[in-house]
Amino acid sequence: MIAELGLAALWLAASLALLQMLAGWAGWRQASEPLAALLRPVAIAQGLLCLLSFGALIWLFYITDLSVLLVAANSHVDKPMIFKIAATWGNHEGSMLLWVTVLALSSAAIALFERRLDKPTLSAAMMAQAALSLGFFAFLLFASNPFARLDPAPQTGAGLNPLLQDIGLAFHPPTLYFGYVGLSVAFSFAVGALLTSNAGASFARAMRPWVLLAWIFLTVGITAGSYWAYYELGWGGWWFWDPVENASLMPWLAATALLHSVSVLASRDALRAWTIMLALVAFAMSMLGTFLVRSGILTSVHAFAVDPERGSFILALMLLYIGGALTLFALKIGQVREGKLFRLISRESAIVGNNILLSVILAIVLLGTLWPLAAEAMGDRISVGPPYFNKTTIPLVFLLFLLLAVGPLLKWRGDDARSLRKLAIPGAVVIAMAVGVWATNPGVSLWAILGLALAAGIALASLFPLLGRNLLRTPLTIWGMVIAHLGLAITVAGMSAESGWTSEKLAALAIGESAEVGGWTVQLTDVTPVVGENWIAIEGRMSATSKGQAFVLTPQMRQFFNPTQQTTEAALLTRWDGQLYAVLAPATSDKREKWQVRLWWKPLVTLIWFGGLVIAFGGFLAFLGRLRIRFRRKPEENVWKQA
Amino acid sequence: MKRNWLVWMPLLALAFVAGLAIFRLANPNTDYVSSEMVGKPLPEFTLPAATDGVEGLTTANFRDGKPRMLNIFASWCLPCQAEAPYLDQLKAAGVEFHAIAIRDKPEDVAKFLAQNGNPFVRIGADQDMLVQLQLGSSGVPETYIIDGKGRIAYQHIGDIREEHVGPLLKIYRSLK
Amino acid sequence: MKWFAVLLLSFALPTLVAAQETVPPLANQQLADPGQEARATKLMSVIRCIQCQGQSIHDSDAPIAAAMRHEVRARVQSGENDAQINAWLKSRYGEWISFEPPSHGAGLVLWLLPVLLLGAALLVASSRFRKGKS
Repeated sequence: MIAELGLAALWLAASLALLQMLAGWAGWRQASEPLAALLRPVAIAQGLLCLLSFGALIWLFYITDLSVLLVAANSHVDKPMIFKIAATWGNHEGSMLLWVTVLALSSAAIALFERRLDKPTLSAAMMAQAALSLGFFAFLLFASNPFARLDPAPQTGAGLNPLLQDIGLAFHPPTLYFGYVGLSVAFSFAVGALLTSNAGASFARAMRPWVLLAWIFLTVGITAGSYWAYYELGWGGWWFWDPVENASLMPWLAATALLHSVSVLASRDALRAWTIMLALVAFAMSMLGTFLVRSGILTSVHAFAVDPERGSFILALMLLYIGGALTLFALKIGQVREGKLFRLISRESAIVGNNILLSVILAIVLLGTLWPLAAEAMGDRISVGPPYFNKTTIPLVFLLFLLLAVGPLLKWRGDDARSLRKLAIPGAVVIAMAVGVWATNPGVSLWAILGLALAAGIALASLFPLLGRNLLRTPLTIWGMVIAHLGLAITVAGMSAESGWTSEKLAALAIGESAEVGGWTVQLTDVTPVVGENWIAIEGRMSATSKGQAFVLTPQMRQFFNPTQQTTEAALLTRWDGQLYAVLAPATSDKREKWQVRLWWKPLVTLIWFGGLVIAFGGFLAFLGRLRIRFRRKPEENVWKQA
Repeated sequence: MKRNWLVWMPLLALAFVAGLAIFRLANPNTDYVSSEMVGKPLPEFTLPAATDGVEGLTTANFRDGKPRMLNIFASWCLPCQAEAPYLDQLKAAGVEFHAIAIRDKPEDVAKFLAQNGNPFVRIGADQDMLVQLQLGSSGVPETYIIDGKGRIAYQHIGDIREEHVGPLLKIYRSLK
Repeated sequence: MKWFAVLLLSFALPTLVAAQETVPPLANQQLADPGQEARATKLMSVIRCIQCQGQSIHDSDAPIAAAMRHEVRARVQSGENDAQINAWLKSRYGEWISFEPPSHGAGLVLWLLPVLLLGAALLVASSRFRKGKS
């Protein structure tokens, strides 16, 4: 009953999306006033119906209704409750429903909260948003129905992949989806602007908060995903340039460039073409990402829900929407008047440099990820992995850091190099640090040393916009920028420390023996069986001591039952200066009393994800600042109430 | 105008990506890695007998002028059991087989041979997969065709099925 | 319910424990010389595991990865340099085995790309500035 209700709500929402598209068209062309008047209520209703549908699916998972095929295939009566619920989106159909729901909620949110964009552009944007929704509704209803029934219903269910039975599943997909799909708003706004040839400063001011919101979610989503993979997959790596990881990074790169570009457009009315293009590219990357992850065309350790047939459907949608939008861009961007001009040395041009570098990095990641396919088409079999991506992107990222230091110090429109004198101090700090660390740490990679030094430099440089200001009266938006850039410095420091100073120890230990790593002595004190809610495990108890303090680590080898799968659960000990990471594996068979232990000491590694959250927090402050400015200045402005 | 051709770049990129995607969707991933050693001489190795009643395997066993097939298998490998009847077919057609058992205990190999028959003249035991690496082999089962001089002429990846018997025989016979 | 779990445990324990049969000695044993071990680790992080989905042999649990780790460490210990070890692996499995794409053939474009793109972008940007925008 609930399942049928959920499906019915979905169909209804789909028809409303069609209506929204027509109403949007009417508003854009100013064709039919009554039809155009439907736009707002229809969009809100569509969002609510999708929410209802998604809620129905969550309910079905909550009560473990095994007569629904999706629940039977992904859940089990004995699973812990939190994973029963999170399993709603831990599969293809459920996560597609999440995608569609966020898309519909975006329409509703635009209808509820967007008040500034002029009516024709806004109507055109909502038409585009509805058009996007329609394609995905079709995909969901015809090729990925989450509410399909299973008759007869099984007794227990197949269970969820143990690697997904983790708190990370509760955070990573939803935040990532709000980010990915939230970029559709920027996409639709850009399409609207192309259709009405209105891409000026007021357009940018309207679009900016939407970009910011999506970007914040994406940042949190990627950070969560990286940390989840780090502790779940058991080899201590936090980024592998794996195709699925790249699929999430590419929209983020585009969104970051877009964020900076739209700010320039909003405050200086420059970079119109860049901003429109980046808005289209960002959502294009979202669609590409979901295609890569689901179609199975690339091998990945993170791949889930692989189905080439459904992949083809998404590819078709991608060609339709992105191809359509990019064609519109090529044809109509000439009609968008060029924005205000600026000189070579100016803040605008620093942001152009930022855009260029981020776009080049995006292109490198895109090409590198897809190149094995291209090579195979040419008859060669090659692999493209971390060595390539690191060698090509890190130098460019270092250049970006330079711009980060330089940009905020330059004036808009035109400046001269003397404004950069303030950089003498951070510059000296960077050089001194780099030389000092290099001299006292022989054998450590140059990249790590440089990264650490640059992180210090960025930290200092990011504070410069605050110089000479009354800190209590500085706008939240400036604070947001400062903190976001500071977060970047923290992340880079963590990455450099981890890559340069991690120590690893492999040891075969009998109970009572110990191994040393990174200043810690780790002794295996016991190995015992342990029972969990839907798993059993062999748990090793390790006593880790350093500088007189002792802690207990309990890595496990788990055997899950539904489905039957073994996992290794690493044990992490987090200190202020790093993490101790321990993994237990059975030893070689002729030494039954010995256990294979893998230990890492990773200095400052938690800064990587802490920094990511700080970056997102900076974005959040900027978002609050925008809202404050908007509602303080023009509280009555409301496009929906205009004639 | 510079802007003119630039604005078509993103669309071009999309076309490139779509082209690759369509290529892959039309030609699904082969998922296996071929050995680069095909066409080269068999690497030098000496392997002990995999179980009682069979003899071990060395490279010299392949260099006596007679072409042979080398089957890489393991008792824990299900497709290896599935291909047993086709190995018998090839043997009946005159093919001489040697084999390498990967990561197997002698008793498991004996059980496997008892259940599926033993078409092999010699079976070497490669407990730690090091000889497998030498061959450029990436898994089980695989079958190599070795010519009389000990050169690897062909690599068949995966289990041998009905449709493979004919072509394999043809290559084998061409080496005589 | 707990007794049932314990019963299950006694059956499942052996599979958890016996999961690993013999692996060659240097698969999970670090080399005595830290410099050599660092070099071996760097190599292993760049070599692709044949059977796994895109993992390096340094990270992978698969038996064949263990065999490859042993081979790499043994060769590092016996004095071979990186180029020789990479060459040996590629002679068995081709370019695919290394995560670093080759600088010739199919990989050439990849390595040229960043330079080309950056150069092109700077050219376009600078020409727009030179067109009298002041």
